[in-house]
Amino acid sequence: MLTIFDSSHMSDTVIKVEGLSKRFIISHEKRERYTSLGDVLTRRVKELFNNNASTQRETHEEFWALKDVEFEVKRGDRLGIIGRNGAGKSTLLKILSRITEPTKGRISIEGRVASLLEVGTGFHPELTGSENIFLNGAVLGMSRAEIKIKFDEIVAFAEVERFLDTPVKRYSSGMYVRLAFAVAAHLEPEILIVDEVLAVGDAQFQKKCLGKMEDVSKNEGRTVLFVSHDLNAISSLTKKVVVLKNGSVSMFDETIKSIAHYQADFRKPEAFIALAEKLSKPIYIKNVRVCNADEQDQTSFLYTESVAFEFIIEINDERIKCDLFVMVLDAKKRTVFALESNQISKKMKIILDPSYLVRGNYSISVLINQPKIGPVDEVEDVCSFEIIDNGSQMLKHGDYDYGSVFGKGKWMLS
Amino acid sequence: MQTNRIIIEPGRNEKNYWRDLWLFRELFYILSWRDIKVRYKQTVIGAAWSVIRPLLTTIIFTIVFSRLAKLGARPGVPYAILVFAGMLPWQFFANALSEASNSLIGNANLVSKVYFPRMIIPASSVITSLVDFGISFLLLLGMCVFYQYVPDIKILLLPVFVLLALTAALGVGLFITALNVKYRDFRYIIPFIVQIGLYISPVGFSSSVVPEKWRLWYSLNPMVGIIDGFRWCILGEPMHGSAFMISILITFLFVALGIYYFRKTEKSFADNI
Repeated sequence: MLTIFDSSHMSDTVIKVEGLSKRFIISHEKRERYTSLGDVLTRRVKELFNNNASTQRETHEEFWALKDVEFEVKRGDRLGIIGRNGAGKSTLLKILSRITEPTKGRISIEGRVASLLEVGTGFHPELTGSENIFLNGAVLGMSRAEIKIKFDEIVAFAEVERFLDTPVKRYSSGMYVRLAFAVAAHLEPEILIVDEVLAVGDAQFQKKCLGKMEDVSKNEGRTVLFVSHDLNAISSLTKKVVVLKNGSVSMFDETIKSIAHYQADFRKPEAFIALAEKLSKPIYIKNVRVCNADEQDQTSFLYTESVAFEFIIEINDERIKCDLFVMVLDAKKRTVFALESNQISKKMKIILDPSYLVRGNYSISVLINQPKIGPVDEVEDVCSFEIIDNGSQMLKHGDYDYGSVFGKGKWMLS
Repeated sequence: MQTNRIIIEPGRNEKNYWRDLWLFRELFYILSWRDIKVRYKQTVIGAAWSVIRPLLTTIIFTIVFSRLAKLGARPGVPYAILVFAGMLPWQFFANALSEASNSLIGNANLVSKVYFPRMIIPASSVITSLVDFGISFLLLLGMCVFYQYVPDIKILLLPVFVLLALTAALGVGLFITALNVKYRDFRYIIPFIVQIGLYISPVGFSSSVVPEKWRLWYSLNPMVGIIDGFRWCILGEPMHGSAFMISILITFLFVALGIYYFRKTEKSFADNI
């Protein structure tokens, strides 16, 4: 068997981050970030004369925005970077974009980098759309010739043909964002870094941008780094994800695993706990919580995962015959479906079938029902949970309301 | 396949910097193009302001300095041209310096969101002032025609002095704008310096008026040599060689200092701005 040794695989790593740390100094005095030269001079003079006095310098606190971050990105990868607000994502991107310097560590980058850290960087409100295309393109690193060639494509992508000669300050925010992304999308960097800019803009625009980023990576072999809070977008675009937590890498793995890790950490157990007044009832719901099939607290689920609920029922009168009636509610509080158990016991659990609920926010209402008589106890709209779509057939429809459950049926064509 | 490898490390002075300056060379004039375009948007008179402003200033100056000061006029040289020949480089220097000093802060959004060698920012504001200088120069030629004064061949050396003025403005500008990021006082100090500079530079008077014992201190002002040079080119005013040398020295000193300090603090601009 013939083995062809492809040397291009040797330098496959385009970004290598090692031991990256970034420190900011926070001072705890009324001193502002931009110092007055007068203050500095006065202070220095005071210090000259005050040999023994404890210098009334501000106490410095070190804040490490990034701590020992390490990861590697290969050519053509699409890497997602997720984390809570303040985890260090933007700082990481700024360092990768050479806007600010690391305090420790080393990064090796191979290829031209273009960063979209903000929508419309360099746009000047007084200039027209076409003038800003040239300005923005130049600022992002395109040459005039390049911009001229791509001008029509950019305008078509942004859909602003009619408004090219209007000053950008008159644009709607949607047009503004479309134009800004259109310019950046037509850069031809080897590495594209995008930071949460898609948060602005409607679903159609986001779809367009994600599509373009995917296109650029798959068909042109470029590498994309994408920061977002939108887990749906991350899971549909990226293959691997870095999870940042308090400045460190808490996980670097395949998208599905990283997102699961992030979600598990990011729990908001909105369990229900009964109030004391209910003690007089013969039977009541003491505790409800949402969890996964392994009984761990979880509130964010991939659509392929099973959502589970655990109920603790306080039974004061054993003779009563009831059952548990559980209703799953959508974000608009409409009942999507209901489940009923035949019996009741002190501790009950139900595991929902996976791949049934579509992406969105849900909650449940629970009743203890006495057949032919009515509800004995009721708990409404608790335990919110979220379903995330990471690749179903419906994902491409974005925000469109295609119902609450995945339909099941058979197509027959003739 | 061309490998564009960059290493990012704390304190690493990139050899890439100068290559990046070349890669981003178009930004030099695109940023000044932006500033010039924006200046006259939504104005009625528009670009005519670039002519009216220096014209008015010259007229006022001529009146003030000829009526009130009567400083060192020479026979055969129309006083207006004497003043204008001194004012031209000074205006250029003063404008370039003021614009450059505030350029980084004024472009804070670029500094914090996108990468390119930051030196381009003050450099492009100096280029913008160069454009204004060009217009004023045409005005000067117009005045020569008006007074029927024909400058001799030395005027061809003028670009040398223009370059010197540019270098001086850039050198001081780089230094001040880098300082300004951290110490915002300089925003207020600069107009002050420019004001004083106007009176201690040979704009309204000729250098020959300055007494010999003050000559050395007087020459520490880099604009002295440059303005004298301008006058020499245009009007044939005699120049003091030593004073000129001192000016050039000080100019290059400032350029070296400016570039050094700017590069040293450049990495922390995004954090401080």
